[in-house]
Amino acid sequence: MKAKNLVRILLTVLLVFGFSSAWAKNTIKWSMKGDSLTLDPHAQNEGPTTMVSRQIYEALVTRGIDMTIGPQLATDWKATNPTTWVFNLRTDVTFHNGDKMTSEDVVFSLLRAQQPTSDFKEYISTITSVKALDDYTVEIQTRDPNPILLNQLSNIFVVSKKWCHENFAIVPQNWDAGQETFSATNAMGTGPFEITLREPNTKTVFKKNKKWWGTVEHNLDEIQLLPIANAATRVAALLSGEIDIVTDAPVQDLDRIGSSGAHKVISVEQMRTIFLGMDQAADQLRSGNTGDNPFKKKEVRQAFYQAIDIEAIKEKVMRGLSSPAGIITFPGVTGYTKALDERLPYDVAAAKQLLADAGYPDGFDIELRCPNDRYVNDEAICTAVVGMLGKIGVNVSLNAQTKSKHFKELKDDQGDFYMLGWGVPTLDSHYVFHYLYETGASWNKVNFSDATVDAAIRVMEGEVDLDKRNAAIADAWKIVRDNIAYLPLHHQVISWASKRTVDVPIRPNNEPLFRFSNKRF
Amino acid sequence: MDNQTSTLLHRIKDSDVYFSFIKSPTAIVSSVILVIIFFCSFFVELVAPFNPFDPSSLSLMDAFTPPSWSEKGVAKFILGTDGQGRDMLSTILYGSRISLIVGFSAILFSLLLGVTLGLTAGYFGGKYEMIVMRLTDVQLTVPSILMALLVDGIARGLISRELHDEMAIYVLIFAIGISEWPQFARVSRAATLVEKNKDYVSASTIIGVSNILIMFKHILPNIMRPVLVIGTIGLALAIIAESTLSFLGVGVPPTTPSLGTLIRIGNDFLFSGEWWITFFPAIFLVILAFSINLLGDWMRDTLNPKLN
Repeated sequence: MKAKNLVRILLTVLLVFGFSSAWAKNTIKWSMKGDSLTLDPHAQNEGPTTMVSRQIYEALVTRGIDMTIGPQLATDWKATNPTTWVFNLRTDVTFHNGDKMTSEDVVFSLLRAQQPTSDFKEYISTITSVKALDDYTVEIQTRDPNPILLNQLSNIFVVSKKWCHENFAIVPQNWDAGQETFSATNAMGTGPFEITLREPNTKTVFKKNKKWWGTVEHNLDEIQLLPIANAATRVAALLSGEIDIVTDAPVQDLDRIGSSGAHKVISVEQMRTIFLGMDQAADQLRSGNTGDNPFKKKEVRQAFYQAIDIEAIKEKVMRGLSSPAGIITFPGVTGYTKALDERLPYDVAAAKQLLADAGYPDGFDIELRCPNDRYVNDEAICTAVVGMLGKIGVNVSLNAQTKSKHFKELKDDQGDFYMLGWGVPTLDSHYVFHYLYETGASWNKVNFSDATVDAAIRVMEGEVDLDKRNAAIADAWKIVRDNIAYLPLHHQVISWASKRTVDVPIRPNNEPLFRFSNKRF
Repeated sequence: MDNQTSTLLHRIKDSDVYFSFIKSPTAIVSSVILVIIFFCSFFVELVAPFNPFDPSSLSLMDAFTPPSWSEKGVAKFILGTDGQGRDMLSTILYGSRISLIVGFSAILFSLLLGVTLGLTAGYFGGKYEMIVMRLTDVQLTVPSILMALLVDGIARGLISRELHDEMAIYVLIFAIGISEWPQFARVSRAATLVEKNKDYVSASTIIGVSNILIMFKHILPNIMRPVLVIGTIGLALAIIAESTLSFLGVGVPPTTPSLGTLIRIGNDFLFSGEWWITFFPAIFLVILAFSINLLGDWMRDTLNPKLN
């Protein structure tokens, strides 16, 4: 009898506490196709990686919901002369472990982001020196007057210097070489959320930072990131209520999700252009069968371009949710014009003729490398491209793999012909040129090289006369566009699907800001 | 020649098997279905309305056409099209050929391996028999799909990626074959144990016939009945195993889709209302496996001497 009572009491206690703790925690469950590649704030400049970092790390300045730049760790700043900037820091910021954030940490983080293993070095390559004037003042010097310094700094996260020194993370993780570091699976930032659990590709748990310096505008206690690769499974999880928000809802399922009374769908033009790269420098293609490199000839690149029926891809693969692109940048970015964004016409006969003119009347073999968990319907786009190129006699074999392998092998110079997408966090054309077109740039895997373009990039970095700067940008775009350095496909439209009770503001860069998010019961 | 053929036909007509066959509607229906499927799959170039692997005949604009009888259907795509504009009917027929080739080869491989080991084990006995039988015990504790996944995983590690696409089909045959052989070894050993004590074997031994000859010429034909029965049922299992592996994405490469790959592709479109992309390959697989199983059941009932 006594034992029975004891069991009853224990069960009651268990139930009460079990329920109360479940009720007390306001958890948002977030899912997308792939996971962040690393928690190291400077190791990988990749969308979902930054999405996760943005919740736990902060920068000197940041973009708000309306995408305008505002203060974050810096309260104010001024340029004391054209190449010197002084930033005053907040004095009330602490890291997640309670240490105070000072100018030492900011200087350390900026220098860390300039290390060779950093993937963010291109952002701040014009910075020549960073020094702490006192505990809460930092002085930054640039090589030339830099009109886009703030845009660039909004993506350089500040990490604890002491923590990095203690945990052998002084330089960023060498992600390209497959290095594993403490900083890849742990984080020490100042952001509104902190990591409590990290299981790559399975589950990442963020808990609310109770000591955060800012005004709390969210009602969350916890965020759980649960990546689900399979589109149908992800949608099923959302519809069954297991997941609260999906930041890459599959285009084919938007109607189905929207028709459920408990869910909502928001679509917005994303700041991201999807394109194909063709290695123009290699003497011989790794996957070709011709013994030379057909991509060296502009005719071949143009034949590929004109063989692609982008409207069919838009209608059938993207279900109308994309806008065909002529350049790898989109409205809202400095240097974008409607005229540049015009595509060459789709013309199979002309493409065949071009291929014949270049000396490949019967086409050739080539491998197309593609991610299958990064962009909207990435693999389906590639499969469609394979079919379209087949019509001009080019025999394409598709190698679609998970994004971590795709990006790693791309950086390892293994790609002849590949898919990539490019967003522009700084909203300035310079970012695109500096990463994708400059001779030897880290993501210039087509090995494009043009002295005029390189010179124009220098002008973009140092010219404060906006008219001259815009002219340089326009010239550079014209050159790369005429050269068909890349084969642009479309600007992506991103769709978020969530429960009606969940409010996460959508932004064109696809980064959720959970510090502005609420979940009602 | 004519005479010989007619006597053979006569013999078949007079046999118990034939009698039982024409008396069994399930056997007739399932074998008719199987004959049709086998014919369509192996002469797919003649039967299929399109070649889904010829890019020049495809148009992305045809993608997601529903089956011809529905409102937006088009007559030339009877079962509709998939997300790449491929005709579903043709794709299924091409896919079933791959499934059948893999299924048949895998079961043939495990039959050869299993019967050889089981027959020799039953005949020679002793330590050799013990080792072989314990090996089957161990393998029977591992689910065959897990075994196949393991083999495929190891093969992926050993073979370079470029070669893997070409080798995938052989790896798959080996993986499924190696996971099914214990059944054959068990059955053939048991049957051999019964046969080897019969007078005809003793007589052969006395006149000095070699072991190999006794085993493969005298005993083997007498143990083939039960082996064929589990072989038929095993074929259905092998085809399903192939589809499972392809559905999980470790089977044949997506460029040469089998039924399992087709079901996996269609799975992405289940919520969006394009049900036919996954439904038809799935129903085709069900019909195929079901017919083979029914035929296998009938064979078991007919060929099993204990049930007669």
